[in-house]
Amino acid sequence: MTEREERRFAEVPRESIKLMAESTGVELSEEVAALLAEDVCYRLREATQNSSQFMRHAKRRKLSVEDFNRALRWSNTETVCGYGAQDALPFRPLKEGELFFVEDREINLVELALATNIPKGCAETMVRVHVSYLDGKGNLEPQGTVPTAVQSLSEDLLKYYQQITRAILGEDPHLMKVALLDLQSNSKIAALLPYFVYVISGVKSVSHDLDQLNRLLHMVKSLVQNPYLYLGSYVRSLVSSVMYCILEPLAASINPLNDHWTLRDYAALLLSHIFWTHGDLVSGLYHQILLSLQKVLSDPVRPLCSHYGAVVGLHALGWKAVERVLYPHLPAYWANLQAVLDDYSVSNAQVKADGHKVYGAILVAVERLLKMKALSLTLAAGGGSAGLPAGCQWEEWTPVSLPAMYCELYSFFGDSLAVRFSTDPPLGGAPSSRSCQPLEGRKEPASGAPNLENTRKMPQLTAMHFSLAVSFLSRVCRSLARSSSSSSSVSRSRSSSSRPGRSTSQSRDIFPKARFPLPQAGPPAFSFIIGGRQMGRRCQGRRFQTSFTPTPPLNTLPPRAYAHKLPVIGRVSKPVRRWTCSHYSLHLPL
Amino acid sequence: MAAVQDGQMELDAEKETKPEILSDGTSNLSGNTASGTLSSSPLTAAPAGGAPKMEDQQTLIAVLQFLKRNKLTDSVEILRREAGLGEDQEDSQATDGSGGGKGDVDGGDANSLLSRVSITSAAAPQSMCDSPLMFMLSAAGADDQPDVSVVLSAYSQQGDPSLYQVYYSGLKNFIESVLDCHRAELSQLFYPLFVHMYLELVYNNHENEAKAFFEKFSGDQECYYQDDLRVLCGLTKKEHLKGNEVLLDFRTSRFVLRISRDSYQLLKRHLQERHNNQIWNIIQEHLYIDIFDGMPRSKSQIDSMSGSLAGEGKREVNKAKVFHGLLKEPEIEVPLDDEDDEAENEEGKPKKKKTKKDSLGSKSKKQDPNAPQQNRIPLPELKDSDKLDKIMYMKESTKRIRLGPENLPSICFYTFLNAYQGLTAVDFTDDSSLLAGGFADSTVRVWSVTPKKLRKVKSAADLNMIDKESDDVLERIMDEKTASESKILYGHSGPVYGVSFSPDRNYLLSSSEDGTVRLWSLLTFTCLVGYKGHNYPVWDTQFSPFGYYFVSGGHDRVARLWATDHYQPLRIFAGHLADVTCTRFHPNSNYVATGSTDRTIRLWDVLNGNCVRIFTGHKGPIHSLAFSPNGKFLASGSTDGRVLLWDIGHGLMIGELKGHTDTIYSLKFSRDGEILASGSMDNTVRLWNSMKAFDEVETDDFTATTGHIHLPDNSQELLLGTYHSKSTPVTHLHFTRRNLLLAAGAYNSQ
Repeated sequence: MTEREERRFAEVPRESIKLMAESTGVELSEEVAALLAEDVCYRLREATQNSSQFMRHAKRRKLSVEDFNRALRWSNTETVCGYGAQDALPFRPLKEGELFFVEDREINLVELALATNIPKGCAETMVRVHVSYLDGKGNLEPQGTVPTAVQSLSEDLLKYYQQITRAILGEDPHLMKVALLDLQSNSKIAALLPYFVYVISGVKSVSHDLDQLNRLLHMVKSLVQNPYLYLGSYVRSLVSSVMYCILEPLAASINPLNDHWTLRDYAALLLSHIFWTHGDLVSGLYHQILLSLQKVLSDPVRPLCSHYGAVVGLHALGWKAVERVLYPHLPAYWANLQAVLDDYSVSNAQVKADGHKVYGAILVAVERLLKMKALSLTLAAGGGSAGLPAGCQWEEWTPVSLPAMYCELYSFFGDSLAVRFSTDPPLGGAPSSRSCQPLEGRKEPASGAPNLENTRKMPQLTAMHFSLAVSFLSRVCRSLARSSSSSSSVSRSRSSSSRPGRSTSQSRDIFPKARFPLPQAGPPAFSFIIGGRQMGRRCQGRRFQTSFTPTPPLNTLPPRAYAHKLPVIGRVSKPVRRWTCSHYSLHLPL
Repeated sequence: MAAVQDGQMELDAEKETKPEILSDGTSNLSGNTASGTLSSSPLTAAPAGGAPKMEDQQTLIAVLQFLKRNKLTDSVEILRREAGLGEDQEDSQATDGSGGGKGDVDGGDANSLLSRVSITSAAAPQSMCDSPLMFMLSAAGADDQPDVSVVLSAYSQQGDPSLYQVYYSGLKNFIESVLDCHRAELSQLFYPLFVHMYLELVYNNHENEAKAFFEKFSGDQECYYQDDLRVLCGLTKKEHLKGNEVLLDFRTSRFVLRISRDSYQLLKRHLQERHNNQIWNIIQEHLYIDIFDGMPRSKSQIDSMSGSLAGEGKREVNKAKVFHGLLKEPEIEVPLDDEDDEAENEEGKPKKKKTKKDSLGSKSKKQDPNAPQQNRIPLPELKDSDKLDKIMYMKESTKRIRLGPENLPSICFYTFLNAYQGLTAVDFTDDSSLLAGGFADSTVRVWSVTPKKLRKVKSAADLNMIDKESDDVLERIMDEKTASESKILYGHSGPVYGVSFSPDRNYLLSSSEDGTVRLWSLLTFTCLVGYKGHNYPVWDTQFSPFGYYFVSGGHDRVARLWATDHYQPLRIFAGHLADVTCTRFHPNSNYVATGSTDRTIRLWDVLNGNCVRIFTGHKGPIHSLAFSPNGKFLASGSTDGRVLLWDIGHGLMIGELKGHTDTIYSLKFSRDGEILASGSMDNTVRLWNSMKAFDEVETDDFTATTGHIHLPDNSQELLLGTYHSKSTPVTHLHFTRRNLLLAAGAYNSQ
């Protein structure tokens, strides 16, 4: 018993006694106050010591106010009222002056009495029995402890885990395939899930090794596809691993020879797959993904490969994601991209190549956006509100009308946008499957999963409809292109309405709804403009953008009129203007 | 909260104190006579004690001053002559005086020693003369009535307060300088002396001296006295002494020390040499030194026995014969096991031709030599239903699992949910069919543990309607509409600290803070009787194993024996110096064990109300007791987290089980006594190999007579298992008839 311990008693100073006396109107001398203070301390101590036996007999560790009151009552002292609450009373200091007090809030009794919420903690006392220990052994772990995964893993599972990870991360591609297949179909590996998730989260440590990253992504795919696994909250962890592959400037991408682009494409595809199949397990996941993609996209410091990842990621998440994030962001981003693309210095060559990658990715994304938007409009017109895929909860935001969007996109991409649409099979008489096929084939890595998902979730959207819509859309766009480029050319765009056989009333209906100014009369006419921007010596790096349609539609427009409206990529500055005004632009009047 | 001891005191209490005084006197005498012959042994220690001679000198001078002030001129003269101090030396700190004193000791002059002893022994009463109250106290010493004013007046004897520290440190120096073998024994003196000296200082209004004294020496005391010291250190005013229980405890009882004769001689000689009357008086008046012949005890031996509020029990106390054997089982013919179905149809009237004696029944036919006479206390006659129950019990016991270190019991835990820290007591019926809980909100709740629901008897009007001749009349009287899994019994007006089922499961007892014990009927689920007697909280109650009698113990420091059909207690067991916290019946119902906050366990004879055993050794209030099924042993658990095992027949401590980290609230032996289960507030159940603990004790004649036993420190070997609950203190333990261990407690969500 050290001296320090002995002094661990509460002491009531004489000043307090004096104050208390004053409050009741008694004037105390110094001596009396001192004596009283000492006596009060002693009585308090005594009562506390007495009250402890009530605590002991109540088999508690905590001395309660009730115990103290009992001690007071047995010593014929008035009890203290108002402190019976179970909760600890907050004892707080007042900032001004050294005053400490127990907080005593006023309680509105009326509110309390009329309150409809019944306070918690008044459930019936009950007894439950469980066998804690059998024969005093075999169940030696304490009652109620949650067995961790490590403890519950059986020998076999552990072996399985080792074999699988070794096979997947090993050298033998055949073995890997077998392992992945098993992982995809094994129904008894739920206990191992945390382990696999942990292994996958190791992507961050192998960012230099594309091969390993790929394998890990394949592992994710197998886990995601395993119908017996309930991923639960592990989805988040998986998604973060995949996002890492999509967005991070991987160490492997320093070497331009490494094809990290494919990895990103694959990861994006995987992401969309996870989202569409398991997105409902974690609330807010979609929004979170979008946010992180947006963040990367809007961060100019990030390398282009990260931007590329963000774009393909958005693309993979569906056209609505593109519309929501990429599209509004495009004008801002464009300037940066253009700066990169227009820098022809040798040192920039690599960056520029990356820039082209991003450019291409954006192009693909917006194309799809346009197509799907038109399609959704078609569907909305025909099938009501069934168009929205479940799982993407959009907050209110004002959608941009299709024409406006097209116009804006066109202002960025020019003809390269339109050219893409023109690659559709001939509109007349082409079977729907054919029109669908190439499109699908081309965009497989990025859009396969969402498409599948779309069809799954919207059974009414058949392949027939789809191809119809696509072909229809391309026509719309084409006509739109003209309508936007020249007011006089709108008459040609009504061609769709007179498409023989193929144009259903459905597609026709869309026009008034989309508020397309459609001329009612006129012969069916095809128009197509090749809007390649020929920037002379300065645009060699972008030649791929301009392509020629095999069957360019007839265009009666004066080329100049269109050329004037040509959008440009690159600096919007004097030289550009000069070039646009020049005759280098290729116009093929057909 | 001043507990006033009940006026009704047993005669035994007085008997208890009388021999004490007698023996005190005789031991003093023997000490005086022996001091001359045994003078050689303390001599060895004396040179070592040379260090404090300066203080001795001062002490002597102080004493002289004191005597002078009190005009005890004769004493001054004698003392001065004896110490060889000149009148002028009082202030000048003469050196020759100490030299003379030393010479005395060195010379080993037996005669001078003898004369000194005789003179001082003459001087002592002389100094006491001036306070007539002193005699009054010694006269009133036999009187157990703790009259506060009388008790306190004992302290009115004045001493120089500034010298108390000198006295104490002088003794301390002496004890620290003696041989190791004596030091441990004499160290026992520190605590009681410290407390009494402190109280004297406080009583005489020397507040500052008291505080200084406390601060200087409280650190020297054994750690297990800390709780008392904490109480003590709050006491700084004379007014506070009144009505303080701890003080009363100290004053009403003499602190008992067991010291070997050699050590005692040493001490006595020292005190007389130094004329340390202050301490000598305290020893004489407030301590009881139980002198034994033989080897001084070691530190560990002393520590294992000390710790109680009033020191150890006297050896004589535990000499009385205790009939700890079991009563002969009534001869009930038990049908064979393979005729289960038949037996149940027979309604307790087994066929003669197809029955045989149960093995247990035949075994108990031989009278246990230690068993009390069958009719030593009158027991209720067995009813038919009791016989039926006995048959069931025997049948069950044949299916009992034989437990052992290799075969530990399974544990079922009954968790009270939503109890909000309000569960204060739990009991199971012997057949484990019912469970009762006492709660802080004054309710008692009864649950049916089996699928059979609890039903009330029909109302009187409805009972008139039923056919009383029918075979299933017992079934018919029950009101099916009232069937429920649990019933709540309202009646108490304070927390229910103890519950106990009657053996026949028809009654339930509950004891409460409101000072009453209530008897409830489990047929009507109403209160039948409220037993008032303890006017203070009743901490525990228990039915006798044969029913009818029950015992209760409470804050009024007495345990009472009741019979269910008497509204007043049949016996009052008084003697504990503090609250009686737990009460248990011996399996033969002839004895009652009580555990107390004074850290002792007492065993009382139900027949005559005598205290037949006092067990000391616990360092905290005792909260659980359990008799072994054969009645030979007692286990006790305390707030110090230790379980102690006692041999009732020899009155010895035979085991110490260390392991728990918090208060042990429940103890239970398995049905055959091989395993002791202990449940504690530390959320664990521990199983101990009680068989081994009992077997390993060597009880030769010497240990039996002296009661000094070497306890092997083998807790870890005896511990068979520790079983944790998640967050549930273990309030109660119970072995079913087949040796399944049931534990109960309230889940504590914090």
